[in-house]
Order: sequence, then structure tokens, then C-alpha cells
Amino acid sequence: MGLLDQEFTEGNIVIAKTEDLFNWARLSSLWQVGFGLACCAIEMMATSASHYDFDRFGVIPRPSPRQSDVIIISGTVTFKMAIRIKRLYEQMPDPKYVISMGSCSNCGGPYWEHGYHVLKGVDRVIPVDVYVPGCPPRPEALLEGLLKLQEKIRNESIVKKSA
Amino acid sequence: MTLLAGTSNFTTKFKKLMLTEFGKIFVFILTAALFVVVAIYVAKLLRPKRPTFEKLTTYECGENPEGSPWVKFNIRFYVVALIFLIFDVEVVLLIPWALVYKQLGIVGYLIGAIFLILLAVGMAYEWKKGDLEWARPKIKEPTLDLIKSTEIKKEEFKTAN
Repeated sequence: MGLLDQEFTEGNIVIAKTEDLFNWARLSSLWQVGFGLACCAIEMMATSASHYDFDRFGVIPRPSPRQSDVIIISGTVTFKMAIRIKRLYEQMPDPKYVISMGSCSNCGGPYWEHGYHVLKGVDRVIPVDVYVPGCPPRPEALLEGLLKLQEKIRNESIVKKSA
Repeated sequence: MTLLAGTSNFTTKFKKLMLTEFGKIFVFILTAALFVVVAIYVAKLLRPKRPTFEKLTTYECGENPEGSPWVKFNIRFYVVALIFLIFDVEVVLLIPWALVYKQLGIVGYLIGAIFLILLAVGMAYEWKKGDLEWARPKIKEPTLDLIKSTEIKKEEFKTAN
């Protein structure tokens, strides 16, 4: 078990500073799984390209979940794909984050009522950190989602919250 | 005077301690090795470690891994790899030779030529033997002479009874 992989009952300045350093390091280099599902993936690619430049936030696509920190579920999650998504998520090293991009992966989208083959939201198989609405969301919306995720990571703590 | 003698003694001692030119490279090597060991150990100390069965399975793009990754390769790849290695070494040896071969004169030229001729003979042998051809050589299947074997069996049967 890693030194920082445990909960401390009370914080002090050393823990706080280490926490800040690690959170900063984690949020500044969120490598994503190179993984696209449907039309949202086109927007995701546009976000990665030079005009919107995902790289300025430290997000670069990796060919393997072993090297990734974040998985962007970009598109319709069919039942067949859900099994694969679950396995890809499981194979990512901790700490790992999930951005659900677009209506389909948020809640099933247009397939909500009659989609016999679509999972009604990817959060039924893996825990989602940030939901990005839109059908598909514009690159700006995805960037907003990433900033929200960075905000979430910045406020993470290994000190046990007092009840 | 005694003080001066002391300093000269000190400088000789210091000169003995000073690094030689290759010593600097040794320090570089040592630093590189230490850096790797320390970085890996610190990371091991700090990082979260939550291994699960799914995480440790072979990555096959999210599919179930099919069989063992230790599959048998066709033995013919061995010949290809060997030939590649030979020509690789040839290039490594010949590029420095080609860069200075004017300075080396006729001797250098002859040495290079002998090396190339030896390689050419080796290549000709490979070609003749058919190692450069990918097509599977025709296998002569062993045939079983049924009549003879039955006769032998008959004889065995006779001798047994």
C-alpha cells in the first residue's frame, strides 16, 4: 500500500502541502484513453486538434489504459460496448477519472425510450466524475467539463472528513 | 617552510583524489543508475496500489484475452532474423569504414573488400539453399506400405502360432 493511499484522521501542514503537490501533478497531466465511441468522438478529436488544443491542459490520448488517467466516454454506449468499457476502466491504474460526454452516455439520449441495445447512461457500469451535456457537446463544452474535473481533483483530500 | 611543505603535500593528495577524464563519465553512469533506482523506489513508496484480477489481465483492447501470449512462431522467422542480424552488423561495420576509407589507402580497401566478399559468398549460399524464399518447401510425406506391413503381421501371426 502506498504512503498516500490511506486516509489520515487529522491533517497537518506536511499532509496539506503534499496533497496540493500531488493534486496539482494529477490535474496537470490527465492522459486520456484513446477511445471514441460515436459522433461525440469527432468533437473529442476536434478538441484534441490544434484549434482547441487539449494538450495545453496536459490531455494527450494514450494507446493503452495502463498509461491513462481519464477515460472520456464519447458517445452511445451499447450493451456490447458496455462490457468493454467496464474492462477498460478496470484496467486503468488508480487514481482514475471518467468524463461522460454527450447525452447518450449521460442517460441514453435519443435512445432513452426505444433503444433496445443502448445502455441508459454509462454511470450504470462505471462511476462518472463529470457529465458534459450536449448532443454532441461542442469542444468548448468538453473543455469546460475537463476544467470541472480539474477543479474536482484540486479539492481532493486524503484527510478523513469530520462528520 | 613547514607550512609550505604541508600545502604542497595537500595539493598532491588533492591531485590524487581528482577525477580523470573517464572518471567524469563514471560519475555520470553512477548518477544515471542512482536516479532510476531512487525514482522507482519513491514512486513505489507513494503510489496507490490496488491490484485486481481485471487490472492484471492482458490488455487486448477491452476484449477477453484469447489464450496465452506465449504463442509459437514459425521457425522460418528464425532464418529471417538471422539474415537481418548479419546485414545489420555489416552496416554497423561498413559505415565507419566507408567514412575513412580514403585515409586507410589500399590496405583498408582490401580488408573491406575481403569482408564484403565473405558476406557475398554467405548470401549466395543462403540464396542457393532457398532460405530467402518464403514459400514452404514441399514436404515428402512418408508412405506406409500397407501390403508389406500386413505380410509381416501375417508372418508374426504364423510364428506365434
